[in-house]
Amino acid sequence: MNRLAVELPGLSLKNPIMPASGCFGFGREYAKFYDLSVLGAMMIKATTLEARFGNPTPRVAETPSGMLNAIGLQNPGVDYVLAEELPWLAQYDVPIIANVAGSTVEEYVEVAKRISKAPNVHALELNISCPNVKKGGIAFGTVPEVAAELTRAVKEVSDVPVYVKLSPNVTNIVAMAKAIEQAGADGLTMINTLVGMRIDVKTGKPILANGTGGLSGPAIKPIAIRMIYEVSQAVSLPIIGMGGIQSAEDVIEFFYAGASAVAIGTANFIDPYVCPNIIAELPALLDELGFDHISECTGRSWNNGQTVYCGA
Amino acid sequence: MRENMIIVSNHQIAKGIYELTLSGSLVQRMHTPGQFVHVKVGHREPLLRRPLSLCDINEEASECTIIYRAEGAGTMLLSQKQPGESLDVLGPLGNGFPLSALSSGQHALLVGGGIGVPPLYELAKQLVKNGVCVTVVLGFQTKDVVFYEQQFASFGKTYVATADGSYGMKGFVTDVIERHALPFHVLYACGPKPMLKALQQQFPHKELYLSLEERMGCGVGACFACVCHVPNSETAYKKVCSDGPVFRAGEVVL
Repeated sequence: MNRLAVELPGLSLKNPIMPASGCFGFGREYAKFYDLSVLGAMMIKATTLEARFGNPTPRVAETPSGMLNAIGLQNPGVDYVLAEELPWLAQYDVPIIANVAGSTVEEYVEVAKRISKAPNVHALELNISCPNVKKGGIAFGTVPEVAAELTRAVKEVSDVPVYVKLSPNVTNIVAMAKAIEQAGADGLTMINTLVGMRIDVKTGKPILANGTGGLSGPAIKPIAIRMIYEVSQAVSLPIIGMGGIQSAEDVIEFFYAGASAVAIGTANFIDPYVCPNIIAELPALLDELGFDHISECTGRSWNNGQTVYCGA
Repeated sequence: MRENMIIVSNHQIAKGIYELTLSGSLVQRMHTPGQFVHVKVGHREPLLRRPLSLCDINEEASECTIIYRAEGAGTMLLSQKQPGESLDVLGPLGNGFPLSALSSGQHALLVGGGIGVPPLYELAKQLVKNGVCVTVVLGFQTKDVVFYEQQFASFGKTYVATADGSYGMKGFVTDVIERHALPFHVLYACGPKPMLKALQQQFPHKELYLSLEERMGCGVGACFACVCHVPNSETAYKKVCSDGPVFRAGEVVL
């Protein structure tokens, strides 16, 4: 028995560990460090219809236990990804979750239609929560009706299951999740980064050229845990959790909160081997905690009908 | 690619400037001057690694030397590390200075500004070994932060300029080159962007290799934090960490 195998819509994962979109490029860089086939899946960099350069530099700033980024969805465009990146990734035994972004509903639909036909793309992740682009991005992820409309439109054209990536930059994340569930999404991924800012004490100017950026890393883990805990009890969609995961213990904590798989983001920058290391460490941790299978951990902390005190 | 290297020595050589020597088998992979390592300074904080250029590579002793300025939280913490402690090092990363641009008997002009000076040391060492004649111009803000003048002087004629005139010639590296009409076949430079820009403008038709600095996330090319534009294109780009940090003048927009 593979104690780490997880079944999700469109995804038969040999383990629940995958690199998060935007933190792993299209895999080429980390393929120099290890065999990508060890990964449960891979969430590739956000792809838009046309190539995008993104924001001016500096694009990253460090924070206590985190980092701010304002890359701005830099990517080579869907045609290039289909012609070069996905065929290259096909050499690895790893299902791909394609992160789809756009400035208009039509653009999302067009990218989703094309990229979902790639043989190694097993699911889409709708990027409705990027805080670093002026058009699209977070605007789609903060109004439930808009997010629902986009989800419906993409579901209609996609050949594979559609996961929607939730933004934490909302007042009521449960309302957002419910709207997306009703619109027919197959799953949720959460959370994206939180909008933040840092200012250079010497110059008085923002450190990031974009002014604000998305906060990621261990600093946001408690927020991700709280939101997954709330959402997973309010909807019946599976959740791929992310937000500051650095260790096998963090993975279990996300499962306890209600995740069925997890993605690793910022930690890849700190330790290129973090994903394979966590995959290797999980079985011993399951032994220690007395679980036969990782799926037994999902929702272990749920209140089971008791009052949920989150946000009280 | 990653190793817990042992600190051999770590001490101040000028105001706020430290020389760190590390020992480990990773040195056997370090061949090219201008490459860098990505160092995890603290266990939890600071979170991100720090890119630090290689100053001297001693394959025989399996030791490498890095010179850094203790300025932010990470490098301040690094300056407190003691010999015998270990340091999580990833590397060598990036593409360094091309040595093959010059053959024996030709002239290289090495121009460094501030904390951009260190990678030129290994470059000078390897060029001289190849029979190349080396001239060095080093620019600093003030006398207190001047370092490695004597070390460079052992490879070739070395000029020092300070912006405030407290040591060497008053002015910038470009002033030194102009005043002495320094001849060269290839110029290699590392330093602040305005300095690199000025050099590119001063020698539009010469062969120049410029090492860039940019804030990095991953250091390996995955995060797209350190990109720069390519001339005449809206969308084409190069990554400083993995396509650079050394670029031929004109290859990227400064």
